[in-house]
Amino acid sequence: MKAFARLYDALDETTSTSEKVAALAAYFRAAPPRDAAWAVHFLSGRRPKRLVGTGRLRAWAAEEAGVPEWLFEESYAAVGDLAETISLLLPENPASGDQPLSWWVEQRLLPLRGQDEAAQKLEMLQAWRELGRRERYVWTKLITGSFRVGASARLVVRALAEVSGVDEGTITHRLMGAWEPSPEFFEQLLAPDTRDADVGRPYPFYLAYQLEREPASLGEAGDWQAEWKWDGIRSQLVRRAGRTFLWSRGEELLSGRFPEVEEAAALLPDGTVLDGELLPWSGASPLPFAELQRRIGRKAVSRKILREVPVVLVAYDLLEEGAQDLRGRPLAERRERLARLLAGTSSGGRLVLSPAVEAAEWTGIVAARARAREMGAEGLMLKRRSSSYGVGRRRGDWWKWKVDPLSVDAVLMYAQPGSGRRAGLYTDYTFGVWDGDRLVPFAKAYSGLSDEEIRMVDAFVRRHTLEKFGPVRTVKPELVFELAFEGIQRSTRHKSGIAVRFPRIARWRVDKRAEEADTLEQVRSLLDAGPAAGAVPGPGTS
Amino acid sequence: MDRAVVTHAHRDHVAWGCGAYLAAAPGVEVLRRRLDPAARIRGVPYGEAVDMGGVRVSLHPAGHILGSAQVRLEHEGEIWVVSGDYKTEPDPTCTPFEPVRCHTFITECTFGLPIYRWPAAGGVLADIHAWWRANQLAGKTTLLFGYALGKAQRLIAGLDPAVGPILTHGAVERMTAAYREAGVPLPATTHVAASDRATWKRAIVVAPPSTDGSAWARRFGAQATALASGWMAVRGARRRSAVDRGFVISDHVDWPHLLEAIAQTGAERVWATHGYTGVLERWLREHGMDALAIETRYEGERDDAAAEAEEAPPS
Repeated sequence: MKAFARLYDALDETTSTSEKVAALAAYFRAAPPRDAAWAVHFLSGRRPKRLVGTGRLRAWAAEEAGVPEWLFEESYAAVGDLAETISLLLPENPASGDQPLSWWVEQRLLPLRGQDEAAQKLEMLQAWRELGRRERYVWTKLITGSFRVGASARLVVRALAEVSGVDEGTITHRLMGAWEPSPEFFEQLLAPDTRDADVGRPYPFYLAYQLEREPASLGEAGDWQAEWKWDGIRSQLVRRAGRTFLWSRGEELLSGRFPEVEEAAALLPDGTVLDGELLPWSGASPLPFAELQRRIGRKAVSRKILREVPVVLVAYDLLEEGAQDLRGRPLAERRERLARLLAGTSSGGRLVLSPAVEAAEWTGIVAARARAREMGAEGLMLKRRSSSYGVGRRRGDWWKWKVDPLSVDAVLMYAQPGSGRRAGLYTDYTFGVWDGDRLVPFAKAYSGLSDEEIRMVDAFVRRHTLEKFGPVRTVKPELVFELAFEGIQRSTRHKSGIAVRFPRIARWRVDKRAEEADTLEQVRSLLDAGPAAGAVPGPGTS
Repeated sequence: MDRAVVTHAHRDHVAWGCGAYLAAAPGVEVLRRRLDPAARIRGVPYGEAVDMGGVRVSLHPAGHILGSAQVRLEHEGEIWVVSGDYKTEPDPTCTPFEPVRCHTFITECTFGLPIYRWPAAGGVLADIHAWWRANQLAGKTTLLFGYALGKAQRLIAGLDPAVGPILTHGAVERMTAAYREAGVPLPATTHVAASDRATWKRAIVVAPPSTDGSAWARRFGAQATALASGWMAVRGARRRSAVDRGFVISDHVDWPHLLEAIAQTGAERVWATHGYTGVLERWLREHGMDALAIETRYEGERDDAAAEAEEAPPS
């Protein structure tokens, strides 16, 4: 456990990716395979399903540390991380033994599941007493499930590739999907023989960067294929050996969640892999994302919800056909094959070819982008017709070109401390717009300000607090911010009657006084910006 | 103000332009460097009472920095003590904190949360030296940031010149000279401007936090940076400060010592200022004491503000 805690510190202490990879590689070389497998598991973002409720952890830690609940909460607000708060509050232990990471996970952590509260408490207190402060922190982080240390899954892949000499693509492939962190798995992960592609495994997703330049800078418009950029769940549909695997980009197996899509997929020939977007769909256009949210996370799908929110796979790429990996073929060819395949499959409209935006010149593409919101899309995807299907996020051949966000000038109403890097600073804000002479909370936003601005807003919050509710402070309505967001729709769950998607702070309008901020009426007028905005369109609309 | 009683010479505790200043004798040299050279400063030994309008005023060691003082006020048998900034941990560069019995104790509580418990300074200094040596091996100059007045000298006092040369930023060097004049023994230091470039990769450079990332600091090329501060106890603050390492060394009391210091005064009433005042007030009240959080213009030194509170135009 000490070696793993040291790795955690080493990753935490540097921002240099090469130093992080070196630290990871050193750990993987030295660690017993059983430990290394667990380290890969946690560092690549996997985590045990919640073993112990955080409410219990708080209560037990507060009791063990001898602090009242309110003081635990004050401490937590200053630290911004539960595991760290606990490790800072608990009494210091004399140096203890050093059991390996796998022992702490398999013998101490996983057995917590299914134990009753009293047994869990006993186990937790005992473990906290046995571990030194650093190890206690890391171990508790495994339990709270917030294990992030600035080592992305990609760095783990790079380190594993460095240690094994196996290429990054194969490592990525081996890390996708379901696996058990065992010594055998770790050895297989590094195995030089790379013919082990499992029947259910998807390909690594190819991701695009946002286009920040003029599209004309990409060269001839004719070399590019434009498609709508949908706001759904990016997915790969794998059909092999008579089985269907539906994967999300988060490498989560979605099988069983979207039965209508899987049913249609059964019509595809074996050895087929589609890349596309799961979207709630009606007629020829998507329903608002909020509708899809009603389906996400639901394992049991009722007939009612299937009827109300039908989901389709809008396919835009064909990665495998006839059990052949097509990723190296040019996009134009893959697209043509995809169109032919879907045309020959009677999927009942469940597998839809993502419509291309036909335009010979950039002017036509620019005009199409301006219509994206009407189409229920976030913007356009621009893909080089000659491009192969790559791995991960790369610049050059694929670009997302989102429409400019909607924006509203709103007034800061409430603030509360952030977490992690922003712990102890007031960085989580609620903004309001005017409804007559009173402000109505309208959106929350956490990001968009510079560190310097955050400090200034933080100082303002501290000096202009009107009321405190727990960690939340009501502030004097004085500061105005321009909020940008991607979509807007009616909501019965929000006081303002409006819900926005991906709100963030575009800039601090120091030039505006609170009275000059926007009104609810002005915000409502944005609802008419497109179909994704208003009520759900009926079948066949637009 | 006609007359000011100074607890210590940090900028947020001294106002310019007062008619006369009363300070603890060991801190006069340091204070003079922070004020108009013509300022009228009267130094009094610790414990010696001065009459001010019928109130007996005396200064007592606060252990914060050289010459730092608690202010004891006595009038018709009623005794109040204003703590100023203080710590009870040992510090070779200043007189140790002395508890002063009083009826009312006005205390700072910069680190007034139980998450703040300082590790032993010896262990932290060992970590600093290990880091310094690792940086030498990696070919990086070691930059250690701490307030130019107080923290920097405490760090320097703990550094081992056998590991490598100790270099200083101008603001640190000025205050270090003042400490030496006051008789505080410190290892030899060299002002960066007067140093030989060839020594940089082996050196540790002690500089104010505001120089991190400045043109002044970039001259050292490949470098490893660290901040020495109580705020470094929390990961979020460490990451926000954007230094490579955070070393937990503070010139303020941590939570257990804060409570201990309060108990030692025997005070029946405590006013909390500068820091987690609401927390301390509530804790003390729940423990049967008469406590009050007092509003000031400052919420106390904060982690991010801390880096800026302490001066130093690059030099």
